[in-house]
Amino acid sequence: MAASKERKRRYRFAYMMLTPGVILLIVFTFYPVIYGLPLAFTNYSAVDTTDWVGFKNFDKAFHDPDFWISLKNSLLYVIVVPVIQILSILMAVLVNNKLRFVQFFRVAYFIPVVTSMVAAAIAWKWVFEEQGILNYFLETLGVIDEPISFMAEPKLALYGVMCVTIWKGLGYYMMIYLAGLQSIPSELQEAARIDGAGWLQVIWRITIPLLMPFVLLCSLMSVMGAIRVFDEIFVMHGPKGDPVSSTLVTSVYTYKLAFQDFNFGYSAAVGLVVSLLIMVLTILLFRYTRKGGLTYYE
Amino acid sequence: MSEAASLASPERDRSRTRKRRFAKKLIAPLILYPLLILTALICLGPFLWLLSTALKTGDNVYAFPPQFIPNPITFDNFIDVFNIMPLWHYIWNTVYMTVLGVGLNLLLCTITAYPLARISFPGRSFIFYAIVSTMILPNAAGMIVNFIIINKFGLYNSMLGVVLPSAISVFNIFLLRQAFITIPNDMEHSARVDGAGEFRIFLIIMLPMIRPAVATVLIFDFMAFWNSLIWPVIVFDDQSKYPLGPALQYLNGTLAYNFPYIAAGTIISILPIVIIFLFLQKQFINGMVGAVKG
Repeated sequence: MAASKERKRRYRFAYMMLTPGVILLIVFTFYPVIYGLPLAFTNYSAVDTTDWVGFKNFDKAFHDPDFWISLKNSLLYVIVVPVIQILSILMAVLVNNKLRFVQFFRVAYFIPVVTSMVAAAIAWKWVFEEQGILNYFLETLGVIDEPISFMAEPKLALYGVMCVTIWKGLGYYMMIYLAGLQSIPSELQEAARIDGAGWLQVIWRITIPLLMPFVLLCSLMSVMGAIRVFDEIFVMHGPKGDPVSSTLVTSVYTYKLAFQDFNFGYSAAVGLVVSLLIMVLTILLFRYTRKGGLTYYE
Repeated sequence: MSEAASLASPERDRSRTRKRRFAKKLIAPLILYPLLILTALICLGPFLWLLSTALKTGDNVYAFPPQFIPNPITFDNFIDVFNIMPLWHYIWNTVYMTVLGVGLNLLLCTITAYPLARISFPGRSFIFYAIVSTMILPNAAGMIVNFIIINKFGLYNSMLGVVLPSAISVFNIFLLRQAFITIPNDMEHSARVDGAGEFRIFLIIMLPMIRPAVATVLIFDFMAFWNSLIWPVIVFDDQSKYPLGPALQYLNGTLAYNFPYIAAGTIISILPIVIIFLFLQKQFINGMVGAVKG
């Protein structure tokens, strides 16, 4: 009797502790997931009455050039992934040396990770100025004759933003790869050396295969980040993805549709299409990585 | 390394090894330090250049070729920026938002994670899996629906409207639950034998045991709130209520003709987080890297 009373008291305590958090989760996490779906089939906006419009929003997206541009740019954005991974692995190898002050450098490389994207984007915009420091370097080195407008030239603008994304991610992935490098027992490498392997062979046959799980994890996180890129584009090129939609990506486009045009229904539809695509991409990536790398290590 | 080979001709090989070691000791730093410094310049360059700009007087800002080290150095921009824009106001808004957001997260995520980890009440696994499933479910229109809800609650243009949707995080609950699970049962039992109440056990015994996980949550949320951009832009109608990030983004558009002020404001906005990071580097790096490695 006493034990069951005691148990009931514990259960009541558990439910009491859970209630506030669960209510918030239902309102701000579960409800949006469920309600977002029908929203995509309405013309919900700030002004008009709301009607069910069936697949009209999806049809509209199909014929909307800005939608296709944003989708193309979002997919193009994924090319930052290999660049970040290769550079951050090289940086991890560099700071894995036992040198004086190396801890100082590790911390310095991590600073862009903790600062806000707004600050980073403002700083880079200033670097990219036509009379700015980057053009000065390139001209001094003789790479270019005329200053380049990295911000205003539609062909270059997106690559300029990519530089910011890459630059801001390096320190983070470097730290993960550093942890990866340090998890490889040094006996393995020494044993290989004794067996007569050169340093290139050691890297190719031991370091890289053992680092592979980290590469896959980082690439996956990096792909997810690249597809969701928002802040750097919003700060550097505004909600329209200037110049002439050349930096428009899907997340910025859905933002613009919802909070500049107040076209909530249409924005939800575009968002739904994009997240379905991301889901398919994720499943493909997972299946590919299962086949490609992880199994042969595990 | 060359022990095996040295069996053949010990004398010659030993001297060669010594020479090689000597060369390695001398040459490696000569290659590595320039590389380390070059990388540091790339990583910190944009911020250093921003700092240099903020310390310049009017004419030197747009000088070409650019002036790397300002001459003369002036701190006027850092003082004037407080008059040009209500910077104290923005700093206060940011501190308020961050403290409220991090505080609510710590409270709500720990009290939600604790029963899920330590009490086997009916419906526990259902609630847990329902919560975790939201990490996978696509939330395409999340921002729009949250905006509609915030409006319905009358929280538009208010700090509570900014903080409430992210006052609890599934990721944090997951992380804290994992930490609570690892605490051995003996601790709880002995406290219960001593007659401690449930909430007392949670607060005095269990919570201090998971300090590393709490520190990780603290750091993640501090960064997320301090650096947040788009949600405050959506919720606040009134620019005077903006925290630093949205304010700088907004002013960067309207004050662009006077960039040194923007530069000074941006430097001021990143100083607190950089200083805290420098003090707590180990916790930051271990927390952020450890959280993904699981």
